[in-house]
Amino acid sequence: MAVRLLSKIRLVPELRGAAYSSAAAQLSDFEVQHKTPVIRKQKIIPVAQYGGRHAVTMLPGGGIGPEVMGYVREIFKYIGAPIDFEVVDIDPTVDNDEDVQYAITTIKRNGVGLKGNIETKSEAAYVTSRNVALRNELDMYAYVLNCKSFPGVPTRHKDIDVVIIRQNTEGEYAMLEHESVYGVIESMKVVTATNSERVCRFAFEFAKRNGRKKVTTVHKANIMKLSDGLFLETSRRLARDEYPEIEHNDMIIDNCCMQLVAKPHQFDVMLMTNLYGSIVSNVVCGLLGGAGLLSGRNYGDHYAVFEPGTRNTGTAIAGKNIANPIAMINASVDMLEHLGHHYHADLIRRAVNKTINVDKIVTPDVGGTASSTEVVNNIMVNIGKMARG
Amino acid sequence: MSKNYINALLKPFRESKVVESLLKLFESGVNKSAGAAVGVKNEVPAGRSGAAQYSTGVRKVTLIPGHGIGPEITVAVQKIFEAAKVPIEWDEVDVTAVRGPDGKFGIPQKAIDSVNANKIGLKGPLMTPVGKGYRSLNLALRKEFDLYANVRPCKSLDGIKTLYDNVDVVTIRENTEGEYSGIEHEIVDGVVQSIKLITEEASKRVAEFAFQFAQDNKRKKVTAVHKANIMRMSDGLFLRCCRDLATKYPGVTFEERYLDTVCLNMVQDPSKFDVLVMPNLYGDIMSDMCSGLVGGLGLTPSGNIGKNGALFESVHGTAPSIAGQDKANPTALLLSGVMMLRHLRMYDFADRIEGACFAVLKEGRVLTEDLGGKSSCTDYTNEIIRNMN
Repeated sequence: MAVRLLSKIRLVPELRGAAYSSAAAQLSDFEVQHKTPVIRKQKIIPVAQYGGRHAVTMLPGGGIGPEVMGYVREIFKYIGAPIDFEVVDIDPTVDNDEDVQYAITTIKRNGVGLKGNIETKSEAAYVTSRNVALRNELDMYAYVLNCKSFPGVPTRHKDIDVVIIRQNTEGEYAMLEHESVYGVIESMKVVTATNSERVCRFAFEFAKRNGRKKVTTVHKANIMKLSDGLFLETSRRLARDEYPEIEHNDMIIDNCCMQLVAKPHQFDVMLMTNLYGSIVSNVVCGLLGGAGLLSGRNYGDHYAVFEPGTRNTGTAIAGKNIANPIAMINASVDMLEHLGHHYHADLIRRAVNKTINVDKIVTPDVGGTASSTEVVNNIMVNIGKMARG
Repeated sequence: MSKNYINALLKPFRESKVVESLLKLFESGVNKSAGAAVGVKNEVPAGRSGAAQYSTGVRKVTLIPGHGIGPEITVAVQKIFEAAKVPIEWDEVDVTAVRGPDGKFGIPQKAIDSVNANKIGLKGPLMTPVGKGYRSLNLALRKEFDLYANVRPCKSLDGIKTLYDNVDVVTIRENTEGEYSGIEHEIVDGVVQSIKLITEEASKRVAEFAFQFAQDNKRKKVTAVHKANIMRMSDGLFLRCCRDLATKYPGVTFEERYLDTVCLNMVQDPSKFDVLVMPNLYGDIMSDMCSGLVGGLGLTPSGNIGKNGALFESVHGTAPSIAGQDKANPTALLLSGVMMLRHLRMYDFADRIEGACFAVLKEGRVLTEDLGGKSSCTDYTNEIIRNMN
């Protein structure tokens, strides 16, 4: 149950031990299985841990993926983080799915993954996008993007603090298309009640456990009455029946985009389906200074995969040493926190914050002049100072 | 069964796009591609063909005041046009839905006849009453006059201070199909499907219009916005149509971008984009976001171009709270009127009126309340008239 995963997110220490949602705590296993079909079976799968070290799948992907993954490994080696990476390279030019299947198997075995954006070079209609295939197979239905402004990065809006929770597996990304007649193509958007319920519940629990006051559902139910209507009704019902202490409102996507560029501070937690999530997360990342700073987390019932917030390959800047490594480093910090290595996670995060906000050594895409290697070196210097002091 | 009954039963089937394409398929047969190309070229741009015109050269234009603040702002626009001595005669109609002989609500026949005769219309904000039996009036107008392209130029205005200074973007959006086809159904309990329809004919039409627009208005670049990595067939078709037409307009640069990249870049640096062409949903969101960048819906003009005519409108709401109090801001409708003059090739009048409006906004002395001033609608109108001389 997603709620169980929330306990792994870094929270106040008291809640860190809680493994069951408040509702499930009183029910026996039998009741959970048969009487509350929405709450999935509570079975904690132990994450592979040998001698205190964790094994994590690493998928470099394409574009700038390999180089920034290299930086992550450097930093981990420097601080001695107890993580062993299992690297799976996915060849974008090959049409078959063997690589992707192998990657999925390793993530199932390890429980946690760190990934870049995987390219799918083929434009053929029957080839599924590999990123989508990964998410669907592992049933990672919620995507969380924590957008907090960096004071050191010059932007038009200051002090934005928004969390975007996005349905990750269905909606417009169902990839069910067909050509009925020549020149007429239908693409199906699928919205199910179970998936909507899961992600809405996740959003409200997240808000509750992290002290967030307001959840905004973003939709287009005036036009797509049945599909977005179902999503909206689910979120309204949960807000009314189970989480009355959290303020809930809803907004149409075009109005939401307009408000985001003018007054982004009115939003707290935003909840939406797949495509709108893509749009809104890119808009907010743009407001915060670009694609290179934020990291996103894919959560499923059993697996978690961490990646840079906006899923760009960055092929144009690959190999030029100007890619921004911060997004991937933040993703790796999220991963360390998820696994419980809080000391290392804190260390890296504080060093990164110092590099961006105090030393202001950043890459050109956020207005600086440093190269990627310079940024990474500065982070390691900061880690050194903080670890000693 | 009576003939009328059979006709009524077959009506939705006959009107559907799939049947149209099927019939075309049978009709043109071998010369399918030639037929389609000829069909596109044969469309005479609306407004140029012999529409209602007096021998003195005065042009008749349908005027739809709308609800709420609609009547006041249309009066303001009429006053300004009169002061500029624009050779236009207004034909005022009311589009409030009336119950037809078949019991369904529809636009009154008088309105339909008027726009069919005049081929050009200027529309104020319409209110769709919530309730059964009323179709959205905007949607009904769009279907009636087969308006297939929605054009929204967003330009930063001197004197309206927003966080973005250098915006000069035109969004062209396909208006008839895509995600807004309204075809939705619940297959089983809890699973809803919504269909996104993309046809070659509609994509070609809007792409042709976009390139023609770029050429006529001396724009340098057309960007196709899509999500073909996920929606391979549907957005793939749209993209192919754009690519084909790009070869016919060598003077205009063509590029294609993913929707997320466009969102990301638009909020960071809007000067990177010139003309954007896209399917329905993305267009809706992007056009509203771009108008948010320049100051909101109260200042953005909008035009709908169709096979049988062109309809220019203000896209803001009816603002019932300030209706009748002389507080409304007529700028959106005025700028739409200017767009209409340019469409009618009356460039001098268009430039004069637009120049006067911009001068008043830049000076900032006489502004309506929504822009932060204290003047009434009449004062603002008179100031613009004063600035024209």
